[in-house]
Amino acid sequence: MSAIRLLVGTRKGAFVLTSDGKRKNWKVSGPHFAGWEIYHLKGSPVNPDRIYASQSSGWFGQQVQRSDDGGETWQPVGKDFVYEGVPGTHQWYDGTQHPWEFKRIWHFEPSLGEAETVYAGAEDAALFRSRDGGTSWQELPGLREAKGKLWQPGAGGMCLHTILLDPVNPARIFVAISAAGAFRSDDSGQSWLPINKGLKSPYELPDPDAAVGHCVHRIAMHRSRPDVLFMQKHWDVMRSDSAGDLWNEVSGNLPSDFGFPIDVHAHEPETIYVVPIKSDSEHYPPDGKLRVYRSRTGGNEWEALTNGLPQKDCYVNVLRDAMAVDSLDECGVYFGTTGGQVYASADAGDTWDAVVRDLPAICSVEVQTLP
Amino acid sequence: MIRIVLPAHLRSLARVQDEVWLEVEPPITQRRVLDALEVAYPVLRGTVRDQETQKRRALVRFFCCGEDFSHEAPDAPLPEAIADSTEPFCIVGAMAGG
Repeated sequence: MSAIRLLVGTRKGAFVLTSDGKRKNWKVSGPHFAGWEIYHLKGSPVNPDRIYASQSSGWFGQQVQRSDDGGETWQPVGKDFVYEGVPGTHQWYDGTQHPWEFKRIWHFEPSLGEAETVYAGAEDAALFRSRDGGTSWQELPGLREAKGKLWQPGAGGMCLHTILLDPVNPARIFVAISAAGAFRSDDSGQSWLPINKGLKSPYELPDPDAAVGHCVHRIAMHRSRPDVLFMQKHWDVMRSDSAGDLWNEVSGNLPSDFGFPIDVHAHEPETIYVVPIKSDSEHYPPDGKLRVYRSRTGGNEWEALTNGLPQKDCYVNVLRDAMAVDSLDECGVYFGTTGGQVYASADAGDTWDAVVRDLPAICSVEVQTLP
Repeated sequence: MIRIVLPAHLRSLARVQDEVWLEVEPPITQRRVLDALEVAYPVLRGTVRDQETQKRRALVRFFCCGEDFSHEAPDAPLPEAIADSTEPFCIVGAMAGG
């Protein structure tokens, strides 16, 4: 029987939640790395027992932990994230230029086909790759050449938070950076193109159609259609049918088009999920109602999913890496909140249950569907 | 031997329960103590001082004999009580938050 493993990163440690395929009864393991911020954990699709965790602290810096037994035990691996050459400067909050400085790893993306290869998204924004299971890291510096001098930090820092690997074309990689935008490489990360045409940021940028500078919060794709991308931008939910060459807004009837995560149903490429948040200064759901919105039409037409979610006095946020879907026949959807709840739906979002309610603020949720 | 007290986060990272005791060649200085610590516990490299610049991380403090030695030169001799292990060299996470 299949099993589900949730990897939950929080402000004060990591948790591993496991269940059988019914997804009703959960076992909670943790906190691992108690007291440390765990921005993200992710398992390898090639070897699901290989899991990477980004462990960081404002006091003591960045660590990378690796498990080879599904999160039972962990070993520190390489943490030397050194920018290639002279990284130069990017735009600072006050418009001046500011030197690139490594702060932390926001996201790991293990290779879809190579067991020892894993990518890491950094703040200040850069993409690193390891070909030895995280022991050593090399930057892919061509990304910074995509108008890096014009990138600027969003409120959360200038972070590379999304890495999408094309399951059909191994040379194609998408990344997203706050606040620089989305970028695509067609040569395994050597060179990069900004792919932000169609994004509009009239409240954030002097030129609302600028090539870079947009605050992209998250991008998602369905593995069967890697040319179709969905984006939750600072404001606006967007869709591209051309691998990012052009974006169109699909916010439709959402109560707010501000938000952080976006994800795609495991078996229905036109079914997507977002969690509307009231505004950029009010990071909580509109009207105090925690609602996941689902579109079965690839955007524009959205339905509120509320069964099992708090519908009054709820003022939590759901961060960009804190939503995931499993690949069981009836797709499971999961998300974590800054209030420490992990919600799970075993029926594609129709009904929800809290798996746990009182974890530290949740940074990330990833799911592994195990045989 | 030199006694070193680590903050809780670094004790868990280094997988030690209590004070760390290390052999350090005299003269006993902040730099030599930290060098010895990083040799004994490579996982702590970069957690107390920057790996490239060797500068103390901004939110790390060094306390010796009830005094703050954070701003002392890395090669300045530490107090005799540290050198003879009467007192520990304390690495502390700076106060932050409310």
